[in-house]
Amino acid sequence: MSNLFPNVEWDVMLASTGQTLYMTAVAVIATFVIGLFLGLALFLTGKGNLWENRFFNVITAGIVNIFRSIPFIILIILLIPFTLFLVGSMLGANAALPALIIGAAPFYARMVEIALREVDKGVIEAAKSMGSSNAQIIFKVLIPESMPALVSGITVTSIALVGYTAMAGVVGAGGLGDRAFLDGFQRTQNDVTFVATVIILIIVFLIQFIGDTITRRLDKR
Amino acid sequence: MAHIYLMPFCSYSQKGIFYESEESSLLITLDAVRKIFKTKDGPVNAVDQVDLTIEQGEIFGIIGYSGAGKSTLIRMLNMLERPTSGSVTVAGKDLSTLSKNELRKARQEISMIFQHFNLLWSRTVRENIAFPLEIAGVAKAERLKRVDELIKLVGLEGRGESYPSQLSGGQKQRVGIARALANNPKVLLCDEATSALDPKTTDSILNLLVEINGKLGLTIVLITHEMHVIRKICHRVAVMENGKVVEQGPVLDVFRHPSEEITKDFVKQVTEPEETTDVIKQLASEKPQSKIVQLTFVGGRAEQPVVTDVIRKFNVQVNILQGKVSQTQNGAYGSLFIQLEGADSEVSGAINYMNQQQVEVEVVSYE
Repeated sequence: MSNLFPNVEWDVMLASTGQTLYMTAVAVIATFVIGLFLGLALFLTGKGNLWENRFFNVITAGIVNIFRSIPFIILIILLIPFTLFLVGSMLGANAALPALIIGAAPFYARMVEIALREVDKGVIEAAKSMGSSNAQIIFKVLIPESMPALVSGITVTSIALVGYTAMAGVVGAGGLGDRAFLDGFQRTQNDVTFVATVIILIIVFLIQFIGDTITRRLDKR
Repeated sequence: MAHIYLMPFCSYSQKGIFYESEESSLLITLDAVRKIFKTKDGPVNAVDQVDLTIEQGEIFGIIGYSGAGKSTLIRMLNMLERPTSGSVTVAGKDLSTLSKNELRKARQEISMIFQHFNLLWSRTVRENIAFPLEIAGVAKAERLKRVDELIKLVGLEGRGESYPSQLSGGQKQRVGIARALANNPKVLLCDEATSALDPKTTDSILNLLVEINGKLGLTIVLITHEMHVIRKICHRVAVMENGKVVEQGPVLDVFRHPSEEITKDFVKQVTEPEETTDVIKQLASEKPQSKIVQLTFVGGRAEQPVVTDVIRKFNVQVNILQGKVSQTQNGAYGSLFIQLEGADSEVSGAINYMNQQQVEVEVVSYE
């Protein structure tokens, strides 16, 4: 092992993997919640839907589009004051979280909106005809009926987030991106870059596998 | 070619509830109801000044081609569409004046089934049927009990744990019906409920609706473009064209005396197979001296052997071209096409004779 990868410090690599997993996991959970909320807001205030409201819809869509369009590496820099205020430092995994979540949630929100739009209008009409309240339509119809698409959406978002954590690593968040860039690239230790990349690939494949399995289980269509 | 009996298959006890109209009460009243949709090409009058009354316990059919406004009309009976003007009263409540909460309560008594069933694919059959009970806040134990009853009522025993995707169209509609009946509604609205089903499944669903109407005394309002559906289960029918109700009445009366062109077209769907006209034209041109007569037998008066009498009493040859008996909820309805050959005086005598019997006689001419 040490012949093949002379420069790899395995305990450091393990700790970095932990940091990447931690950043990804917390960001995925927060993105899911915030993105679902934003996506619902986008969908419900849209034309012909339960809370149709053109003003609110345009504002929400605008905010979502702005944050979705800013390249992540720039978003990190733009958010430095906000992160300092919130976390108190620009170093470490926690400091990466605000940028990760603010970068990914609008991305996921659009996927949520698309997923909700795919719910059969007839089923919503049926629920209305039975006297459902709007809250009942949201929680008993819209979310359950779009669940497979919501899960495959969060799978795609999670994988994007793994990529974001690597970028956040470059500016001091730690994790596998940090290893690959600082130890691997800048100190020309190609074996370190290689190992970090392989671990990231494994994480991505695992996320995809888990996401696909859950989606398949949920989809009774 | 023996006697032609057209039996009155249907006894009146099979519930022409509306015949006891002195006792029965109005359940649904539409008063000058109008719905205007704003489109890019200007306003469209989807429903135009419709007045209707539907009585407790009857099966009321609304027939029309697509675009006639029937879909909009039925959606105004539960306020899925709000009328632009006019009032819709169901079970004593003027729906357009209700608050949001009152309307939700009222809707639990006005259920609906749909052409494409509109089941939740993420829920099993049992969970789908339980859905309206959850909406109404029924306790879990009660829900389970009610779902069992409903599964039995619609004949879906053993399929409770299946998902809709594992069911056939007919079974899906049965789930739709069970779901619609869960909260013991006063009215069942059927939005083209059999239009996506094959003829055999359509019949089984229609039979189920008649059974439910009889067993529970449930009022059913349905819209369709198939006269077959009207014929088979409705007590009364309204015909819609361009947003207006152009004709309405008991099904048998409408079959007997369709006054509008569109109604005649619909009646033909049931009485004449499409090729009839061609066949008769062909026969008429082969024997230009003969007369072709359409006899219409209606309800309980369809028993006399008219054709046999004609052959005995007049020196004519009778050639039966085509006949069909249809059963409606109010009694049987039959039509028979015959060709009469013989001396002019004998033929006109025969026609006169038939005219005096209790059948409707129409000499058909195809140019």
